[in-house]
Order: sequence, then C-alpha cells, then structure tokens
Amino acid sequence: MKLAVMVNEGPYQHQSSDSAYQFTKAALDKGHEISRVFFYHDGVNNGTRYAVPPQDDRNITQLWSELSKKHSLDLVVCVAAAQRRGILDADEAKRHGKSGDNIADGFRISGLGQLIEAGIQADRLVVFGD
Amino acid sequence: MSETIKKFLYVNRKAPYGTIYALESLEVVLIGAAFDQDVSLAFVDDGVFQIAKGQKTTDIGMKNFSPTYSALGDYEVTKIYVEKESLEERGLTPDNLLHLTYEDEDDDYAEKDSIRFVSRAELSDIMDQQDVVLSF
Repeated sequence: MKLAVMVNEGPYQHQSSDSAYQFTKAALDKGHEISRVFFYHDGVNNGTRYAVPPQDDRNITQLWSELSKKHSLDLVVCVAAAQRRGILDADEAKRHGKSGDNIADGFRISGLGQLIEAGIQADRLVVFGD
Repeated sequence: MSETIKKFLYVNRKAPYGTIYALESLEVVLIGAAFDQDVSLAFVDDGVFQIAKGQKTTDIGMKNFSPTYSALGDYEVTKIYVEKESLEERGLTPDNLLHLTYEDEDDDYAEKDSIRFVSRAELSDIMDQQDVVLSF
C-alpha cells in the first residue's frame, strides 16, 4: 500500500513523533511504500539538527535522517510552520538574513501543497498528533 | 492541478486561541482549496469556538483570524459541519456563530448557508465517507 504520514507534534514533548517513526519504519519493513512524511505545527521541530538529547535517550531527528537515507524517504517540513519556529535551510537563512541554518540531513523545506498532494496520491494519509 | 478528486475533511477540535492548531489548520484549508478537491470542514469539541462571532483578541496580543472563515465560500469551501452536541455542551446556540455563506453558482449565485448542524452520529457517518481526514 502507498502511505503518507503527517506529524503534528514536536519530538519528546509528545509521543506522536516516536509513534510516527515506529509506524513508518514498520510499514517500510513490511514492504509498503511511504510516499512522504510531512511535518506540521510543532512537528517541524523534528527537523532541527541542533537538538542534543542525552546520550542514553533516543535522538528522534537522527532516527528520521537514518531512515531517510536507508529508504530514500521524503521528509518534508512545512515552510510556514518552520519559519515561525526557527527551522531554516541554507536558502531560507539567507533569504531572512539569519546567521545559520539548522535543517537536518534528509529533511527538506517546502509548502503545504506537498501535504495535500500526498493526501491525493497516497492510498492512506496517516496523521500523528495530540 | 490533479485529476483525482478525493473527499477531504478537516476536523477542527481545539479552541481558536491558546494553541496554534486552529490558525494553522485554516492555512491548510486555504492552500488545499487550490487543489480542486471535495472539501468539508467539521467543528467539534472546543473547535466550535473557532467560528463563534464577536471574537475580540486585542487584550491577548493575537490577531483575530475569525473573519477568514467568512471568506471560505469564495474558496469554494461550502460544506461546514458543526456538531450539535458540542454546541449544547458549551451553552452555545447557532445564533452565537458566524453566519457563513457561499454563492451557489448552480443556482444563479444565490447566497446559501455553508453551516450544516449535524448530530454526533451523523458526523460519524460523514467521517466514514471521507478519503482523507485531517484532524487538528
């Protein structure tokens, strides 16, 4: 089955990022296609490489990056939600005159149209939130 | 933009202020309108407060975005479901809500009500008929 995933909460504060990650990994392991993971609301905070959780805890961003690399998984961070919360890639940082970017490997910043498109094209859109 | 037309339902569950869900949900609806899908909105639980009329937000330093709901008809978002039980549980009546309308192009652009009041059971059936349910 062709699935798309939406993540609406930030990592650590809520379980939804962990659940979305576990779901995505399990679906891929079962041979399903994940056409896109779309991060919205505080979910965009999954995409910062500047988070440094304790070493004995999971690093959710790193888990996403590794999964993306292994499966060519499309991890999309909503640009409007990201701008509010300080998630920037190099282009965005330059455009807004910020000193650096913080987007993690495997993530890209794009628009809400990517969410709607994912909903249209996938057999199921699975939403993880509060 | 796409030949596939799916039934999209946006479920709004949270109060308009206090969290950003309502505001960012509305942004999805407005962007999504460009994709020519079969769109409906539902307001349940504290979400019914999103379309309460007479919102005044100056004292909390936030923008009152409720006028945007009145523009949804222009985006061809014409099916807005409000759950009756959620209204009643909060002491609200239809008179407390914004008057949301659209112009029906199949009926000489007559102005029609967008809001449909449905029971919890009816909304359950409506959800069951959707292809994509986005819950905020």
